[in-house]
Amino acid sequence: MSNSKLSLVLKGLIKENPTFVLVLGTCPTLGTTTSAINGLGMGVATMAVLIMSNAVIAMIKNLIPDKVRIPAFIVVIASFVTVIDMLMQAFVPSLYAALGVFIPLIVVNCIILGRAEAFASKNGVLDSALDGLGIGLGFTLSLTTIGCVREILGSGAVFGLSLGIADYMPLVFVLAPGGFLVYGFLMVLFNKYLKK
Amino acid sequence: MESSLKNMVLVLFTITLLSSAAVGGVYVITEEPIAQAKVAAVNEALKLVLPEFEATTSQTIEVNALPVVAHTATVGDKAVGYAIESLSKNGFGGVVRLMVGFDTEGNIININVLEQKETPGLGTKMADEGNVLLASLKGKNAGSVNMTVRKDGGDIDALTAATISSRAYAEAVAVAYEAFKVANGSQAEAGDVATGATKQEGGQNE
Repeated sequence: MSNSKLSLVLKGLIKENPTFVLVLGTCPTLGTTTSAINGLGMGVATMAVLIMSNAVIAMIKNLIPDKVRIPAFIVVIASFVTVIDMLMQAFVPSLYAALGVFIPLIVVNCIILGRAEAFASKNGVLDSALDGLGIGLGFTLSLTTIGCVREILGSGAVFGLSLGIADYMPLVFVLAPGGFLVYGFLMVLFNKYLKK
Repeated sequence: MESSLKNMVLVLFTITLLSSAAVGGVYVITEEPIAQAKVAAVNEALKLVLPEFEATTSQTIEVNALPVVAHTATVGDKAVGYAIESLSKNGFGGVVRLMVGFDTEGNIININVLEQKETPGLGTKMADEGNVLLASLKGKNAGSVNMTVRKDGGDIDALTAATISSRAYAEAVAVAYEAFKVANGSQAEAGDVATGATKQEGGQNE
């Protein structure tokens, strides 16, 4: 993999981190990061859809008139998510049991549409898929981090393993207000120390 | 690409046509596997909530205008337990479906959550092992438990910060108990399974 391709993937992790820098997809971020495993699940499911939708949109971008770009992308993405939802339900029911609740949420995730519009509609198929991979990884890592922090602070556990301190932890961190707090503080830390 | 009315209409029409064809095609392909996966999930749930059994028969009982499926587990001709697929429409995120296992006395053997769309991290705890809802019901005789959460004066411990989900859970268990009484009653009267019940081979319980 050449350097430019690698940096295409890596930029999604820090420089263009979708959660902390681009601040895209905050609704599913706050909604699903109540525990580390939920954050991870949402991230992985989004990454899978993002890679494929970016590739498909890069493929058909020259056939779509500019003015109907957005509706065309939305139709493609929504159909895509529906198809993935049904295929998972049919052929990998155990994976669906774990990730199934997140799949319909992906349709309304603006990261997907954001990357389709900002990147895939201007770049080639391979580059778009790599961009999807990078942004997807960044999203997954961010969500897992937020999920970890909220789970530790709110329910005294990591990835469902109890640390035996659950009774002393403020439940508010699992609820929406705590989600905003953790998100805000992590964003500050991220931008201060990691983003150069 | 330049936009003209003609190409906009044409492209959007083509895209929606192809997309719906793709979704429809995948639906046809996946319809049967999805149904099979659901049946497999039901059978798994049966094993979790019932004592050892040889076969099950199922019937649909209407409780409070809700269709409740009652599985009667039998060894030989004798009923050993009932698994009731119960539901409540009053969950925080919609329908909550439970599989509640009773022995012939009405004692709750186990409860398994089949389907729920509750808030992750709060209401979803109803599906966790050993959660307070299950703990306050498991092993108890359903007839002796007041099937509402403590906040409403009942005997069931609610999940923290998920009272609505807990109420739905309690309601579904109460509905299951009603169905159990019907199923157990008809069993006792007829001495055999109720008419219209379909016989199916049950999985061997380990």
